[in-house]
Amino acid sequence: MTFPLFTPAEDPGPSFVALLARLGMDRPGSDLGPATPQGLEGVAHGTTVLAIRFIDGVVMAGDRRATSGHLISHRSIEKVFPADSGSGVAIAGAAGPAMEMVRLFQLQLEHYEKVEGNPLSLEGKANQLTLMLRSHLPVALMGLPVVPLFAGYDQHQGRGRLFQFDITGGRYEEQDHAATGSGSLHATTVMKLRFSDGLDADSALDLAIEALFQAADEDSATGGPDMVRGIFPVLATITSSGFERLPDEDVASRTTGLLERLSGGAR
Amino acid sequence: MTVPMYVSPEQVMKDRADYARKGIARGRASVASTYKDGVLLCAENPSNTLRKVSEIYDRIGFMGVGKYNEFDQLRIAGVRHADLKGYSYSRADVDARWLANQYAQILGQYFTHEMKPLEVEMLIAEMGTEPDGDRLFHLLYDGTVMDTTTYVAIGGEADVIRERMETSWAAGADLQTVLGVAVGALAGPDRNLVSEDLEVAVLARDNGRRAFLRLEGEALAALLG
Repeated sequence: MTFPLFTPAEDPGPSFVALLARLGMDRPGSDLGPATPQGLEGVAHGTTVLAIRFIDGVVMAGDRRATSGHLISHRSIEKVFPADSGSGVAIAGAAGPAMEMVRLFQLQLEHYEKVEGNPLSLEGKANQLTLMLRSHLPVALMGLPVVPLFAGYDQHQGRGRLFQFDITGGRYEEQDHAATGSGSLHATTVMKLRFSDGLDADSALDLAIEALFQAADEDSATGGPDMVRGIFPVLATITSSGFERLPDEDVASRTTGLLERLSGGAR
Repeated sequence: MTVPMYVSPEQVMKDRADYARKGIARGRASVASTYKDGVLLCAENPSNTLRKVSEIYDRIGFMGVGKYNEFDQLRIAGVRHADLKGYSYSRADVDARWLANQYAQILGQYFTHEMKPLEVEMLIAEMGTEPDGDRLFHLLYDGTVMDTTTYVAIGGEADVIRERMETSWAAGADLQTVLGVAVGALAGPDRNLVSEDLEVAVLARDNGRRAFLRLEGEALAALLG
């Protein structure tokens, strides 16, 4: 590995992706040619993730299942990650490329912050994800799509914001809630019915758990709470004090509460 | 035909060293020191936009004195190198010793082969998981590397500052004590430095993955007492 000193004309600037490209280390994949559907059957896919805005920021949540076709390939993968100290990213789609995209995205934000001395704006971070998705499009069309959610606390505007994406890099800011992945339809219905302006953190977390539970109830690719193994969804809050993952015990007790409500004849 | 005038290699090296030293001595000095819970980086720098102290990686910090554009270019190369290495291998594989060696190569290369040597002096600090893992790498304009586990002064009047540090520095002190010693040594007997004159950061063991933390404004003023 040579020491990356550049002349001003060749300097890649504060972008880590541009640095990789300059050194010829960017990701392979776009030249793999069309994949056969059989060839992709063994690839793990992550399923349902969602985000809900509440009064102090955003809640992000994701189930833990990855599937390969009709089989469950992983029971406890994670799909909700901190992007940097003040934002988070959640992923659905082909697990391998999605994890790699998250890793590169996290590094891109940190690299920019270190080189420039200041972090990117929230909108700037969302745009970086757009660019990554756009360069991933050829791979997505081969059958390995990545569909992320991005959410963070906007320090300038003093509120939580959330962004939905499609495989082309299309970026859609949502006001209240967003979901992506195979169970997103059912999760969205729950969030749509239960959402109200000015939710507090507690209610938003409970709503996220319920939305994932109902998605898992209807969609075979979404994993529900696994009481036997003690595997629960990943939940995180993003507020002015940053990204914070909820401890598993907390998620467990909220899930137990939900199950009691549901079996107690509430519906 | 003109015969080129003979200049002995000793003279060439001496001239280059004098040139670099003069450039470095024009700027203000900086001090790095280990303390109980990490590493302190403290620079006399009235500007709060042109930084002398920066973050390189999770547990690695950077401090430069001399010509700003030269050490800043090296800083950015260091960030790039560390991020590339962490991306290709693992975050745990990025260490300050490797980085210091790379810097030494570049500085040495400039010193002997380029038109003019780089007018910079740099410090790479690495915080260990335990106090005895803390390392300070001190790099000179000609590529000389020195490593210590105590304290280092770089820049103009570094020798005087080092002597002042020596009288009051003790291993295992807390942050406030070490900061007081460093600021006192930078200021000398006739001056008083306040938080606006300083750029201070720490690599703190209790600060999570990215240990680098700037101490600014009220937090710094409170520590200075």
